[in-house]
This record gives sequence, structure tokens and C-alpha cells, in this order.
Amino acid sequence: MTILIAVLVLGTISLLFGALLGYASVRFKVEGDPLAEQIDDLLPQTQCGQCGYPGCKPYAEAVANGEAINKCAPGGEDTIKKMADLLGVEVQPLDGNHEVDNTPKVAFIIEEDCIGCTKCIQACPVDAIIGTTKQMHTVIVDECTGCDLCVAPCPVDCIEMKPIETTKQSWQWDINSISVKQID
Amino acid sequence: MSEYLILLVGTVLVNNFVLVNFLGLCPFMGVSSRTETAIGMAYATTFVMTLASLLSYIVNTYILSPLGLEYLTTMAFILVIAVVVQFTEMVVHKTSANLYRLLGIFLPLITTNCAVLGVAIINMNENHNFFESIIYGFGASVGFSLVLIMFSAMREKLANADVPSPFKGSAIAMITAGLMSLAFMGFTGLVKF
Repeated sequence: MTILIAVLVLGTISLLFGALLGYASVRFKVEGDPLAEQIDDLLPQTQCGQCGYPGCKPYAEAVANGEAINKCAPGGEDTIKKMADLLGVEVQPLDGNHEVDNTPKVAFIIEEDCIGCTKCIQACPVDAIIGTTKQMHTVIVDECTGCDLCVAPCPVDCIEMKPIETTKQSWQWDINSISVKQID
Repeated sequence: MSEYLILLVGTVLVNNFVLVNFLGLCPFMGVSSRTETAIGMAYATTFVMTLASLLSYIVNTYILSPLGLEYLTTMAFILVIAVVVQFTEMVVHKTSANLYRLLGIFLPLITTNCAVLGVAIINMNENHNFFESIIYGFGASVGFSLVLIMFSAMREKLANADVPSPFKGSAIAMITAGLMSLAFMGFTGLVKF
């Protein structure tokens, strides 16, 4: 009889707690992977694939699962630092395989040489190249993220990466960074 | 009121769970290599310990004792602790995904943190009442947190220190823990029981 009571009591307690946990698992359900989304927000969204993943989101998921944080060439030092802060790991220098100088660049198509093969158009992740078969292609400078991906597929090597020249428009003036306050 | 305060101070400093009673040493060594993780672990453990001591008091006093089932306490307490830990894990996963990743296996392992079961059993043995149980659980976890965070801060400094090679890593951490324990002996006599 005592054993029956003991089993009953323990069973009831377990059932009660089980119900509580069941409710909690519904209440605190985690949609997707919040960490991967936070990392994805930090990445430059060039979808360039230089990290070896098909885009920024897959790389973010890989980082959330322990991939190295230093593979994003377009993001550079800045992104690595932000990711290191978020994940609480040490800042690492950019991976040797992905090391590039960090000056912003755009692709430039040498138009005389272009044979109109459209291979670079297919490679461009941000649709910054216009042109069609057997017609000369060109790059929309404002859309180009400087990701390098169009350089390799070109059969006649007519694409080169040019650094963006600093003009009055593109210079970062930072006028608002000095706060001006009226003193009474 | 003052006896509650004495109980709290006594549990945090004099009878510190880690350094005087030597309970909960696994997370003490395991998650103390970074201060950030240690703070997260401290919050999680505080939550679990306080809630677990409260719940196990209720289970013991209102369910097990009246039915004469005291021999089931260990089992019931472990059940309570496991549930609280599961619950905490869900909450942490929802609220701080990064902390969830950093704590990793140590979060579910709070279940087997002997300090948590220790609190529940000592509460029962000392015949603490409802409030005393909560304060004892809270005090124990505050003591645990205090020591864990201090220890992790020291280990972060030690990582950069020029430690002789035989003592590198865990060895110097153990020595540090021993010295801290000696230092905490100094609190003996602060509160009379």
C-alpha cells in the first residue's frame, strides 16, 4: 500500500512538472536561429561567396555553429570586430586565403575587349552588370559591391577591379560627428 | 529580520558553498575561463538554486512529509531540479541565444551541480522554514556567483601572466582556487551559528 502511495505521489508530481515544461516549451519556442540572424545583420550582404559559402546567410549560420569569423573579405576588420564582440571571441586577422586590401573597389569592364559572353552577368550576385549576348557589357558603379566574383569567369580577362576614387561626393565628411551646441 | 540577514551573510561568506563546503566545483572550474560566461552562469545558477530550494521545500513539507515518504526526498529533489533547469534552459535560449551557445553543455549540467541538490538537502536537514529555505538557496547561489566571477576575473589575468610551464592551465587555476579558499577561511567567526 505504501509503495502504491509513493508511486502515485511521484507520478503525480512528475505529471505536473511535465505539464509545466510542456507549456513552457510552447511559450518559449525559439523560431529559427536567433544568433545566426544577429550575425547575418552584421555581414555586409554582398552575397559574394568569398567566404566559401553561397551567401551571407549561410555563412552566418556556419559562424553560429562555430565556423571561423575571419572569412568575410568585403566586411573586413570592422565586421570581424563586431562579430568577435557579439560572440565573445578574440578578434582574428582576416583569413590569409581571403586577404585583400580593404580599399573599396568597383569592377570595370574594358569595353573594347568584351565579347558579350554574359558569363560575368551570371556571376554577379547583385545584378550590377548589364548587357546581353554578343553585346558589350558594363557595370553599374553604384550597385557594384566590389566582390571580385565577376573577374574569374571572364574568358578574355577584360574585367579589372579599380579602386573608387575619392570625390567630393564620395568623401566621408562626417559633418554630424562634431556636435554643435548652442550655448546660452 | 536580523536572523535572515545573518543567515544570508553566513551562507554567502562564511559557509561559502564552493570554497568552504566544496560543492559545485565542476562549473566553478568549467565556466570560469571567461568573465562573460561566468556572469551568465552565475545568473542561471542563482535562478535555478533559488527556485529549486523553494520548490523542493514545498514538495518536501506539503507532499512528502505528511505522507511519510521522506525516503523519496532525493528522487523528488532531483526531479524538481531537473525541471527547473530545463525551464531555465528554455528561457535562456529564448532570451539570449549567444549566452546559450557560450554556456553550452554547462547549462543542462546545472542539473548535476551538487550545490543545487546540496541546498535542498541541507534545507531539509536544518529544518529551515519557508523563508529561510529561500534565503538559504539565494545566499548559496550568491556566494557561488561571487566566487565564480572573482575566480574568472583572476583566470583572465592569469592567462596573460608569465606562469612557469609546469603550472600552466588547470594547475595554476587549482592553486588559485586553493588560495581563494584559504582567504575565505578568514570569514570564519564573522557570524556565530
